[in-house]
Amino acid sequence: MSNITNQSLSEILESIKSKKISSLELTQAYIKNIENAKKLNAFVTTTFDQALENAKKFDNKPNNEQLLSGVPLAVKDLFCTENVKTTAGSNILNNFVPSYESTVTKNLWNNGAFLLGKLNCDEFAMGSSNETSFFGNVINPIGDHLVPGGSSGGSSSALAADLTPATIGTDTGGSIRQPASFTGTVGLKPTYGLCSRWGIVAFASSLDQAGPMTKTVNDCSIMLEAMSGFDEKDSTSINKKKETYSKNLKDNIKGLKIGIPKEYRVDNMPKEIDELWEKGKKILKDLGAQLIDISLPHTKYALPTYYIVAPAEASSNLARYDGVRYGYRSQKGKDLIEMYENTRSEGFGDEVKRRILIGTYVLSSGYYDAYYLKAQKVRQLIKKDFDDSFTKVDAILTPSTPSSAFKIGEKTNDPVSMYLNDIFTVPVNLAGLPALSLPAGLDKQGYPLGLQLIGKALDEQKILNIGYAFEKNCGYKNEIKKWWS
Amino acid sequence: MSKEKFDYFINGEKGKYEVVIGLEVHAQVLSNSKLFSGSSTKFGADPNKQVSLIDSAFPGMLPVINEECVKQAVRTGLGLNAKINNYSVFDRKNYFYADLPQGYQISQYKNPIVGEGKVLLDMPYGSKEIGIERLHLEQDAGKSIHDMDPSSTYVDLNRSGIALMEIVSKPHLRSPDEVNAYIKKLRTIMRYLGTCDGNMQEGSLRADVNVSVRKVGDKNFGTRCEIKNVNSIKFMQMAIEYEANRQVELLEDGKEIDQETRLFDTKKNETRSMRSKEDAHDYRYFPDPDLLPLKLEQKLIDDLKKSLPELPDNKKERFIQEYGLNSYEANVLVSEKEISDYYEEVAKLSDKKLAATWMMGDLFAMLNDKGLNISNSPISAKNFAELVQSIKSGEISGRIAKEVFEIMVESGDNPKKIIESKGMKQQSDPKELEKMINEILSKNKDKVDQYKAGKEKLFGFFVGQVMKLSGGKANPQLTNEILKKLLKG
Repeated sequence: MSNITNQSLSEILESIKSKKISSLELTQAYIKNIENAKKLNAFVTTTFDQALENAKKFDNKPNNEQLLSGVPLAVKDLFCTENVKTTAGSNILNNFVPSYESTVTKNLWNNGAFLLGKLNCDEFAMGSSNETSFFGNVINPIGDHLVPGGSSGGSSSALAADLTPATIGTDTGGSIRQPASFTGTVGLKPTYGLCSRWGIVAFASSLDQAGPMTKTVNDCSIMLEAMSGFDEKDSTSINKKKETYSKNLKDNIKGLKIGIPKEYRVDNMPKEIDELWEKGKKILKDLGAQLIDISLPHTKYALPTYYIVAPAEASSNLARYDGVRYGYRSQKGKDLIEMYENTRSEGFGDEVKRRILIGTYVLSSGYYDAYYLKAQKVRQLIKKDFDDSFTKVDAILTPSTPSSAFKIGEKTNDPVSMYLNDIFTVPVNLAGLPALSLPAGLDKQGYPLGLQLIGKALDEQKILNIGYAFEKNCGYKNEIKKWWS
Repeated sequence: MSKEKFDYFINGEKGKYEVVIGLEVHAQVLSNSKLFSGSSTKFGADPNKQVSLIDSAFPGMLPVINEECVKQAVRTGLGLNAKINNYSVFDRKNYFYADLPQGYQISQYKNPIVGEGKVLLDMPYGSKEIGIERLHLEQDAGKSIHDMDPSSTYVDLNRSGIALMEIVSKPHLRSPDEVNAYIKKLRTIMRYLGTCDGNMQEGSLRADVNVSVRKVGDKNFGTRCEIKNVNSIKFMQMAIEYEANRQVELLEDGKEIDQETRLFDTKKNETRSMRSKEDAHDYRYFPDPDLLPLKLEQKLIDDLKKSLPELPDNKKERFIQEYGLNSYEANVLVSEKEISDYYEEVAKLSDKKLAATWMMGDLFAMLNDKGLNISNSPISAKNFAELVQSIKSGEISGRIAKEVFEIMVESGDNPKKIIESKGMKQQSDPKELEKMINEILSKNKDKVDQYKAGKEKLFGFFVGQVMKLSGGKANPQLTNEILKKLLKG
């Protein structure tokens, strides 16, 4: 079974269930892959011993009734994991070992999975290329000079390189969907409140949402089902009955109305993205869906709105990293204020500092009304655009990103061009909606491109169904040469 | 009672100044657990023993509102006759300090849970209404301890995250006495409601005091200074006195008052500048994205309203109506719920008016002497009522009653038993008394003659002789009557 790690999560689960492979063999296969893929720098921490232990435990007493029976999973290093170092990609947490497990990861383990390791990410999930991590940039398995996207870049890289059968990321402005698009994988940002934020290192509380990153849409539905659910420890968690996404997955999308927003045809968008979008429309139309032109008039304000709201919340959320109770503390400084200053200067990287400064600025007295308050109002208008559209359509189809994976170092000196990469993903976070990025094709250079399906709040099942049908008819297969091993 | 006139002014050479005071009272909510976490709120635990991951702001921790604290705030708002807001919002107040783990305090800024209300004060010059501006819920910070180590500061987070109600008054107070009355009234109301224990030694009740002065008759307020975190009424009064005089002196010298935050130094009895307006923190308030706006159902508010206990203002009215007390007596007896409960128990079993007099006299003096309060009084309400009844029925005199009272304090025994075993019953048999008085008069013929000749002062001498002979047990009223009758003859 040397090829087991090539397979989808659902295929692997089948193999475990039918005892074609043991959990231990599976785990060993992934460990081997990971050890051969150090060049990708996808992992910050590995938990091999613990994983092998759990695999043996499973094999001794297999419980195949669970959604993720006997499967090792690596997760983004933004999820707090009990007794396993959790860094958020930052120096300021480089020695932090939580005594608690995030609700989302606990849900995965309660469904039979176990931890394989912690995946690199942009520092505090701030970035679109995984180049802001204190632990170094991550490489896209698509090519050794390419970024894997961000902030869940370790997750997308590990998944595409077969270092984990599936994974989870967090998405504040596109951090699941953009890396999925850059690596030819599936990524879902669920409705805000569907997955608990408890135990996830916070970036921007009103936007952060955990979600699955997988090789197939079916895998995505399995992972979502396992990780989601009401959590009374998170006041913004939605209290609703749990859904069985995988069981209800259907590929019949006849009669569904798909909105095509004209505002997503932006200036200077590469022709191939436009062509990809056309291809997507055609596939859905051929499957019996109805295409409807819609308008989301406030789209152009989404990016500036996002880059006020997210840094504002981040500037406050990151105030707790002061060196007093846990994490990195500078030894320099003669009093409390100097200790703070040195700890935070040495502990945070440039992008995090930039956003703390922006956030502090937009909340300052005299600027609050012009920036933060205005941004909150615009956010309501953006949300209303979507609400209005969803009275006419079932889902919205857009490109996931305005480009394919860019080169390492290409945008690091130009933050604004980096931020522009989020242009299609941030409106969804501002509106709190679910959106699925699907691999849809390649550009001229042979790099993957993704399309995004946006749904109504809590309409994950519908976009998963559309994605499922699309996947079957798209004819795209992610073929990655393992150049690193 | 004759009404005095309000007279707290500061006289300068350029005129007479009045002092304008507004208070921000921080009252710790009585609840078992903290505002956003399950940690205990018990006072006096070892440092850092009542701290959850939320209180110490570990990564990924989220606040969840404690429903009981919300109810306590609503109850308090209702007790202050205030508007309860069905919609309120928790904001973050951002600043760095070692005892503020999150780097922000969760508070309510633009939309507090309780709006305008009022508190009635009974002052010697009449009753005065003090407006309440608002009441909001917020987290307490931890405690920095600077004097345990010469080079380090220690931090205790037990208090971090405990729920506080900040009660902001309008600038309606005009003297240290009014501040005293206001704080005591707030405390009484909250104790009646069971929403704050009002224990100032333990820091359950503290205040920021805003002070300004202006010439009498001026319509506009002067520039105010805020004195931070004063934790006793006495210190508040001293701080106000000092601060008002400091401001008047500045004005008299033709100087301006800087709007600033000041600290009261309890050792030197003076206020000093902590930070000026220019250095004021920019707290960068914004709605806490971890918490949804707090929406209260009207039914919850109505139910809480129905379940409120009788409050001091209403109880006072009832005491006046039901027990025939005067306003002063009623005021004293409702000042604490336990006192009013004790009084009502006594009044049900004895003479209402006499019970009030004896409680406010001997009982309070004794408790005060011994540093006790009514809940741990050595005399039970039932025994106290029996004592009052014995006086009322004439069984013992007031003087004997004081002796019985002393024995009750020492022994805790019931008064009947004491009176009987010590033979302290009053002599109220007119025949017996007449016999005794005749004896005294015949022994003091010379004095009787002097009395009859007009030296009426000697009446007291005869009464004294009767008391002496009877061992103090002669019924004073009867003694007077018989003496008068016999001396006439």
